[in-house]
Amino acid sequence: MSDVQTRPLIAPAPSLPAMPAIEPAPAERRAPSLLRRLPTSRVAMVGLALVLFWIAVASLAPVLPVPSPTAHDYAAIGHPGPGARHWLGVDPLGRDTLARVVWGARTVLAVAPAAVLAAYVVGCAMGLLAGYYRGWVDVVVSRVSDVILSFPVVVLYVILIANIGPSAMNIVVAAVLSSAPAIARIVRGLVMSLMHQDFVAAAELRRESDLYIMLVELLPNCRGPLITDFCLRLGYVTIAIGTLGFLGLGLPPPTPDWGGMVKQGTAMLTVYPGMSLYPAFALVSLVLGFNLLADGLTELSMSD
Amino acid sequence: MPLLSIENLSVEYRTSAGRSVVISDFSLAIEQGESFGLVGESGCGKSTLLMAIMGYLGRNGAVTRGRILFEGRDLVGLSDAELRQVRGSRIAVVYQEPSAALNPSLTIGRQLMEVPLLRAGTTVADARAQVVRMLGDVHLPHPDSVMRRYPHQVSGGQKQRVVLAMALLANPALLLLDEPTTGLDVTVAATVLDLVNELRQKYRTALVYVSHNLGVIAQVCDQIGVMYAGEMVESAPAASLFASPRHPYTRGLIASLPALGADKHSAPLIPIPGSVPSPMAARRGCAFAPRCVDARAGQCDIGAIAIRPAAPDHLVRCVRFAELAPPVASDAFVADAQQDGEVVLEADQLSRVFKVGRLRLVANDALNFEARRGRVLAIVGESGSGKSTFARILAGLDAATSGSLRFRGADVATQPVRRRNAAQVAAIQMVFQNPDGTLNPSHRVGRPLARALRRFGVARGRRAIDARVRALLEMVRLHPAVQHSLPRQLSGGQKQRIAIARAFAGNPELLIADEPVSSLDVSVQAAVVNLLLGIQASHGTTMLFISHDLVLVRYLADEVVVMYLGRVMECGPVQALFSPPYHPYTEALLSAVPLLDPSAGRARIRLEGEIPSPLNPPPGCRFAGRCPRKVGAVCDTVPPPAREAGDGHLIFCHISLDELRRVPPVFGDAAAAVVGAPTTASSRTDTH
Amino acid sequence: MLKYLLRRVLELVLTLVLSSFVVFMLTEFSPGNVARKTLGPFALQEQVDVLYEKLHLNDPLLVRYVRWVGVLTGLEADPLQDPALDLDFHDPRGNRYFGNFGYSTLYKAPVNDVLWNRLGNTALLAGLAFAVIVPLSLVLGILAGMRAGSALDRLVSTASVVMTSVPEFALGVMLVAVFVVSLHWLPGTSTLDPSGGWPVAAQLVLPVATLAIYDAGYVARMVRSSMAEVMTRPYIRTAVLKGLPRRQVILRHAFRNAMIAPFTVMLLQINWLIGGVVVTELVFAYPGFGRMLLDAALFGDISLIEAATLIALLVATTTQLLSDIGYRFLDPQSRR
Repeated sequence: MSDVQTRPLIAPAPSLPAMPAIEPAPAERRAPSLLRRLPTSRVAMVGLALVLFWIAVASLAPVLPVPSPTAHDYAAIGHPGPGARHWLGVDPLGRDTLARVVWGARTVLAVAPAAVLAAYVVGCAMGLLAGYYRGWVDVVVSRVSDVILSFPVVVLYVILIANIGPSAMNIVVAAVLSSAPAIARIVRGLVMSLMHQDFVAAAELRRESDLYIMLVELLPNCRGPLITDFCLRLGYVTIAIGTLGFLGLGLPPPTPDWGGMVKQGTAMLTVYPGMSLYPAFALVSLVLGFNLLADGLTELSMSD
Repeated sequence: MPLLSIENLSVEYRTSAGRSVVISDFSLAIEQGESFGLVGESGCGKSTLLMAIMGYLGRNGAVTRGRILFEGRDLVGLSDAELRQVRGSRIAVVYQEPSAALNPSLTIGRQLMEVPLLRAGTTVADARAQVVRMLGDVHLPHPDSVMRRYPHQVSGGQKQRVVLAMALLANPALLLLDEPTTGLDVTVAATVLDLVNELRQKYRTALVYVSHNLGVIAQVCDQIGVMYAGEMVESAPAASLFASPRHPYTRGLIASLPALGADKHSAPLIPIPGSVPSPMAARRGCAFAPRCVDARAGQCDIGAIAIRPAAPDHLVRCVRFAELAPPVASDAFVADAQQDGEVVLEADQLSRVFKVGRLRLVANDALNFEARRGRVLAIVGESGSGKSTFARILAGLDAATSGSLRFRGADVATQPVRRRNAAQVAAIQMVFQNPDGTLNPSHRVGRPLARALRRFGVARGRRAIDARVRALLEMVRLHPAVQHSLPRQLSGGQKQRIAIARAFAGNPELLIADEPVSSLDVSVQAAVVNLLLGIQASHGTTMLFISHDLVLVRYLADEVVVMYLGRVMECGPVQALFSPPYHPYTEALLSAVPLLDPSAGRARIRLEGEIPSPLNPPPGCRFAGRCPRKVGAVCDTVPPPAREAGDGHLIFCHISLDELRRVPPVFGDAAAAVVGAPTTASSRTDTH
Repeated sequence: MLKYLLRRVLELVLTLVLSSFVVFMLTEFSPGNVARKTLGPFALQEQVDVLYEKLHLNDPLLVRYVRWVGVLTGLEADPLQDPALDLDFHDPRGNRYFGNFGYSTLYKAPVNDVLWNRLGNTALLAGLAFAVIVPLSLVLGILAGMRAGSALDRLVSTASVVMTSVPEFALGVMLVAVFVVSLHWLPGTSTLDPSGGWPVAAQLVLPVATLAIYDAGYVARMVRSSMAEVMTRPYIRTAVLKGLPRRQVILRHAFRNAMIAPFTVMLLQINWLIGGVVVTELVFAYPGFGRMLLDAALFGDISLIEAATLIALLVATTTQLLSDIGYRFLDPQSRR
C-alpha cells in the first residue's frame, strides 16, 4: 500500500523526440444528441405537436371555458347533438361531451405516464439484474417474463381488473405487470451486449460496486432504444386504458374516461355518432402522437 | 488501350450534414493482367473507389466528375441492365468480411452456382461441375461437402476461399479485392495471400488490391498507389515506391513501422502527427499539409495540387517533393539498457478450463513463466491462443481453475477483483484492444480518470483530483480541455491515450496492454506505442504486451512468450526468440509476416488448414495437427519436453535442439528489411 | 431436433401449469367469494357456508389448485355435481372425465357445452383476420422495405403508423358510423344468425376489418424494417455485384432473410388477436369466445374464466412453440 503511495504519480515527461505533440481538444460536437436533433425529423415534430396539444388541454382544463364534466343538463338529453350550449353535444346522461373529452385528457395523461414510469422502474431493475448477474437470476426473471408475456394482454387486463376491481391504481398495476417483462427483455439484451464492452471491465478494475456498474455504467447506455420504447409504450398503455374503459373496466364513474365515453355513445350511434366518435378521435390523435414521436426517434437513431 | 482507366474521378456523398467529397481528381490506368495495389488508412476512400467502379454507390452517392473506362466503355451512368453485363462477368469483387458477404440462409453451393447459371445456356450440371473444379482451385478439400454447408458452418479462412471462388467463377478480366485478409489470423492470411498470387498466375486476371497494410500490398502488387483523403498522393512500381518514397505521407507511413531488425534500443518509431481528416472537412491545398512536418505556408495551402511525375512512372502529388531532404534515421531515442529487475509476476502451472456442455475448453493449460520489474513481456499468439484469457485472470476479471499466479508474493490466480484489496487492484491495470469500447459513451472522458483517482485514494478533494486529471492528460499528450469531451468526439488514437491515462491513474506496477494498437490506423500506432514505452520506462512499470504482431513485439519486448491453443510453445529473451533455433510454430508465424521488400529472400513455411478448436485438446503437442515438421505419432500422444536453448530460452518440442538449430533464419539477410506490420488483423475474439 | 421438441413441450406444459395457477390464485384468492359467486347474490348465507364446508375452501390455495387440476384431468369427481349439494348442476358427460372444466354459473350449463361452440366462432373470425393480415402486411412491408426512403416507403410507413394508432374499439365504432349508420351498406351486429336479413358473410366484414387493420399496420412495419435492414447487408451487395437481376436479388437473397424476424412476430399476432377479439366481439355483439370471457369475468363465473384463460394460454403458447420451430427452419444459423 505505502509502496504505491510513495511512488511519484507523474514522472517527469520523458524527453522523447518521437512523442506526439499535445493535441487540442475537439472544438465542437460531431454528433449532437438524439433529442437535440429532434427538430430535423418532421414525423417526430408532428407527433410532438399532437402530444403537446393534449398536454396543454389537460393542464388548462380547469380554466378552459367548458362546463363541468360531471354536471347533468337533463334538458339536453332529448337532443344530444351539438348546439350553442354544448358544442360537441351531450352524453346519454346530459353531460357535456367537449368537457368530458377535455377532462378525459387529464385522466389519461395522468394515468398513462405514471403506469409506464412504474413499469420502467420494475422492468429496468429486472433487466439489469438478469443481464448483469446472468445465472439463476436470469433464469428466474426470464421464466417469469415468458409466463406473463404468454398471456394475451387484454385477457390479462380483463382477468386482473375484474378481480381486483377498477381503479386508477389497479390500472397502473395491470400495466406494470404486462409491460415490465417486455421492458426487462429489452434492457437485458442491451446489458448483455454492453457487458462485452471494455469500459465495464475498466470499471471492475476500479473495484466499482455492482450497483454503480449497473446504474452508472450500463443504464445510461440503454437510453437510446428505451426512449423510443417509452413513447411506443405510452401509446400502448393509452390504448389499454381506453380499451378497459370501453369494456366497462376503466375508472369508476363519474370520472371522464375516453374509452368509457365511446362505449356509452355506442347506444346512441344511430342518433348521434359524435358521442362515440369525438372521444375516439381524441384517443387516436394522442396515440398517433406517441407513435409518430417513436417513429421519428427511431429514424433519427438509425441515421447516426 | 488499358483494361481499366479512371480519369479525374470525383465521388461525393450527400448526408444530412452536407456534401462530402470522398474521392477527388482520381486517375489510374491498369493493363491486362497487371496487379495494382491501393494503400491508405481508414476513411481515405479506397472502398468507395471500388464501389464506384462497380456502379454501386448507394442512393446518396454519385460520381460528380470524370470517367471510368473499362475495356473502352465508360461505366459511369450505365443503366442497371448494362451494368449487369459487366458485374459478375467482366469484373468481380472479393470482400473484406467474408462472413458478412455470404448469404447466411443459402448453402454455399447454391450461392456459387448462381454465377455460372447467369450465363445463357449453362445447365445445372455444368454449373455444378464448374463450381467443384473452382473449389479445388482454391484448395478447399471435399468440394461436395462444402457445397452442402451454410456459410456459418465453415471457418473464416474457408469463407474467404469461397468468396474468391465465387469471384473467379465469373472468369473476370478484372478482380477487385477489398482487404481480403483483414480479420484473418496471421498464418491463415498468409495462405490466402499465396492463393491470390497463385490464382493470378493461373487465370491471368488483372487485380486492384486494396489494403491498409503496405506489407500485404507488397506481396501481390506490381504497381502501387498511395491514397490519402480521397486523393492519389503517390503512384509508382512497387520496387521504386519502397526504395525511394517521395510523398511525405508515404515516407511517414514507412517510418512509423518498426524496421524488421530494429528494437526500442536502436531506432525510434516516427509517428505522423494528428489523424486522418474527415471527408466532410473543408480544405485548401494539400490534404496532408496539416500533418506534414515539411509543409510550408504559402506553398502547400494555396490551391489544388496536381499529381506530377517525379521520375518516369513515379507520380507524386506534392509541391515540395524535389526539395525534401532524404529521410534521416533519427537515433535520438534509445531506451535505457536493461537492468535485471526482480521477478514480480510468476505463473506456475496456471490453467483455465471452461466447461462447454460436456466438453472441456482448455483456454490456458499449465502456463509457466515470469515477468521482471520494469521490463516488457510480450505474449504472442493467434486467436484461440488463450493470451487474452491469461490477461483477464491476471487483471482479476476471470479466475484460474488450477495453478498459481504470484504477484509480489501473493497468489492472485483465483482472486477476482472483488477479492483483491485496493492496493492490489491499483497495482495491476489494463489497456484494452478496442478504442471504441474502452470508454463509456455516455460519460465525459475526464470522468473515469477522476473516478479512478478517487477509488484508489490517490487524490482527495475536488481540486486535487482536478489537478491530477490534468497532469494525467498531459502525460498522454492531450490538452486538459479534452476531459470535457465525449468519447465519440475523439479519434481512436486519442481514446486509446485516455485509456492509458486511466490505467496509470492508480500508479500501477504492472500494466497489461491487450493489443492496444491493433485497431488503430498505421500512422497513429507509432505515437501510441512511443507513449506507452515512454511512460512505462519512466515509471519503471512492468508491462505485459499482448499482440499477434511479431514485428512490433520484436521492437518493444524484452521477453517473449509464444502461445498456441492455450499452451506455451516457446519463451525467452526477444533476441533469442527471433533467431534459430525456432519452435516450428514461431517459425511459421515469422514466415507469415508480410515483408515490405518482396525480393528479400527468406525461408518460408506455411501452415496447413485452420487453427483448430480448443475443445477437448489432444494429449500431445497442441500444434501437432498443423506442424510442418511433425516427427511422428509421438507428437500426438506425448506432451513435448522443454528444451533449454540457453539464456532462459525454452522450446517445447519433440525435435532436438540440434536439429532445430539447423533451420536457417527466416529473414535471412533481410533482417534489416522494412516490414509492413499486420495491423488490424486478428482482432477476432480470443477465447475467454 | 427430437430432444429440442421434447424440451420445448415440457416448457410449454410448465408455463401452462404456472400461469393457470396464477389465474386460479387471482380468481379464487378469497375463498368466501368462491362459494358466494357459485351460488349467486340471492343465496342464503347458510347455503354459502354449507358449500364453503363442502368444497373445503379453507384448504390452502395450492391444495385447492391441485384438486382443480384433478377434476380437470378426470382423476377426481366434480364436487359441485354432488346431488347432496342440490345445485342442479348436470353434466351429461358424467362427473368424472378428462377435460372437465366444471359448470358455468353464468350460462347454467357445463362449461364444455358453452366453450367449444364459442371457440369455433372465434376461430372463424380470427382465421379470416389472419388470412387478411399476412398477405397484406407482407406485400406492403416488402415493397416499402425494398427501397427504404422511397415515396412508396414513406406512404406505407405513415399509413401503418396511423393504422396502429387506432385501437380496435375506436376503429369498430368508426367503421360502424361510416358503413352502417351513414351508408347502410353493412350490418352493425354480427350474431351469425342470417334470419336478421343480412347474410353471414356480410356480417363478418366489419369485425374482420376491425381486427385486421390494426394488426396489419403493426406487422407491415415489422416486415418493412426487417426488409430495409436486410437490403443494407453486405450479402445483398454481393448478390447485386454478382450480376443477378433485381428480381432474383429480392426473391432469392433478401426475402428469406427478411422473413426470419417478422415470422415470429406474425405468429405471435395470434396471441394478440385473442385479445383483439374480446373488444371486437363486444362491439359487434359477436357470439364468440372473447365476449364469453369478458362476460364471465364481469359476472364472476369462476369455472368459465379458468377454462377460457387456460384455452387462451394453450393457444398462445402453442403458437409460440410453432413459431420457434418455424424459426429454426427459416434460419440455418439457429440449427446446429
